[in-house]
Amino acid sequence: MNSEPLLLATPSGDVLNLRPEGAWTAANVSALETLSRSVGADVDQSRAVTLDMSGVRALDTLGAWVLEKLSRRAASSGRSAELVGVADRFSGLMDEVRQVNRHTPSPAAAPNPVLLRLGDLGRSTVGAREDIATFLQMLGALSMAVIGVLRRPRSLRLTSLVYQLYRIGWQAIPIVVLITFLIGAIIAQQGFFHFRRFGAESYTVDMVGILVLRELGVLIVAIMVAGRSGSAYTAELGSMKMREEIDALSTMGLDPVHVLILPRVAALVIALPILAFIGSIAALYGGGLVAQFYGDMGPAIYVARLHEAISVTHFEVGILKAPFMALVIGIVACSEGLRVKGSAESLGRQTTTSVVKSIFLVIVLDGLFAIFFASIGM
Amino acid sequence: MEAMQQEFAIRVRDLVVGFGRQTVLDHLSLDVRRGEILGLVGASGGGKSVLMRTIIGLIPRQGGTIEVMGQPIGGRKEGAATTWGILFQQGALFSSLTVRQNVQFPLRENLVLSQELMDEIAIAKLEMVGLRAQDADKFPSELSGGMTKRVALARALALDPPILFLDEPTSGLDPIAAGDFDALIRTLQKTLALTVFMVTHDLASLTTVCDRVAALADGKIVAIGPMRELLQSEHPWVRAYFHGKRSQMLQHEMR
Repeated sequence: MNSEPLLLATPSGDVLNLRPEGAWTAANVSALETLSRSVGADVDQSRAVTLDMSGVRALDTLGAWVLEKLSRRAASSGRSAELVGVADRFSGLMDEVRQVNRHTPSPAAAPNPVLLRLGDLGRSTVGAREDIATFLQMLGALSMAVIGVLRRPRSLRLTSLVYQLYRIGWQAIPIVVLITFLIGAIIAQQGFFHFRRFGAESYTVDMVGILVLRELGVLIVAIMVAGRSGSAYTAELGSMKMREEIDALSTMGLDPVHVLILPRVAALVIALPILAFIGSIAALYGGGLVAQFYGDMGPAIYVARLHEAISVTHFEVGILKAPFMALVIGIVACSEGLRVKGSAESLGRQTTTSVVKSIFLVIVLDGLFAIFFASIGM
Repeated sequence: MEAMQQEFAIRVRDLVVGFGRQTVLDHLSLDVRRGEILGLVGASGGGKSVLMRTIIGLIPRQGGTIEVMGQPIGGRKEGAATTWGILFQQGALFSSLTVRQNVQFPLRENLVLSQELMDEIAIAKLEMVGLRAQDADKFPSELSGGMTKRVALARALALDPPILFLDEPTSGLDPIAAGDFDALIRTLQKTLALTVFMVTHDLASLTTVCDRVAALADGKIVAIGPMRELLQSEHPWVRAYFHGKRSQMLQHEMR
């Protein structure tokens, strides 16, 4: 079966006799390509070509196509090509191959690279406008759903809300505590290390307290929640969209925003402030441990310094931001989930987009809040 | 060498497959002859797909032997794509590749050949399954159900394997598309001298394209033979399958 393929070319007068032998199959493809290339010049020069297939032992689509290509090349520009000695078991395949690759569309002309860039720029500009529109649409739909719930409180999906709270709140506590604890400890260590040169070690506690309560506690937790829960929302809603579950809900007269999105976003809005609080305390605790073991500052002094340095305002500034960040994360995650199209690749792309976009927006929001609180003197 | 070719493409002997405490295939034996189209029928959840997936090595077996083209099957095999092509029920096209790249995938992984020849072969395969060259740059998510099956068939046939497995090839197609697909399988089977193993519920496919039909019930093959013989079978499940209300109506219409 796997005998070496051969191609014998014997010119007689104007006619070139080609005699393929052996196995013309995909397994021998490199040999076949070499063979057909080697006779290419002879084929172009002769006026007529006879292709004698009686020596072919095995043939598959690939081999048949290579032979067909040779015979088409021979028959081009008014010359003639003849196929003889085709065994019965191969004739069907040769007939089939004769039909194919007749209408190859001309490849599209490569577009101008500058124009391509400009086109991309334009498209992403329009895309950004669409992003804002989608965000506002989702915000509006959510507001409508909230109004609906306020009118008829029993229509709230309580089971779903509690389940989501469990998933994104309760189950997130260990990782949130671990990471914020480490971050608090690292900030304190850096503070002691650098402030020691100025003899200002005691101000480390001020820095840790204010930084953690105002900014870092809530920001780190929001970024973690965006990565952990936002991506889960997008993937869940996206695969539900792919399997037409969301369409099924709509046709049953149920609003997907009400059934799926409101409980998820509400759970985020409730859970994020709680997680931010827990995270801030863990960071302060981490700072305290470093103070004791690295900065030689006992717990009593640490707590006393903390008491002097921070006020409830700092805590308010931090925790007030949390629900808004949660809202942004929830809306971005859910609307990206609904944008998923049929393929698995699209699901992956939207999940990435969701996480990147919500982390970006959380940081932008944090900046806006910083300006706002500074200008009202908080 | 050709004279030595075995009569059977697939030989299954005493196959036992189970999950946990449940036995799905119970000492099942089945022979698929070279160059025939064998249809496999059975109750939903009765182990048809399990049998197919066991033969192609996706499910481990607990006992028995399987020979494909005279070679015993054991563990993962190199170059499986040159032995068989598989058409999964949902097509299983790679969603991140275009139609052309999907068809080229087995070629690229198994052979060393020029990009030009690979493109030509891909288009040739697509045209053989009744698609146009213009469809080659579409992504799987842009295809209709019938086109998806055709592309999957082109991919399964990319390396001209001697055996083709089809898992419910006509499910989800309208009767016209299903009929076309049956005819296509028949034509390709003739031109490429394929052995086709087809799991199906489509009575029309069974009658029109299958040379033999095997009925799977209670984990065993209870009847095997041409459709005519199966209609005469006395086995209660086979009778219920072919002489139920739905089947009767169809067969009556066909006469």
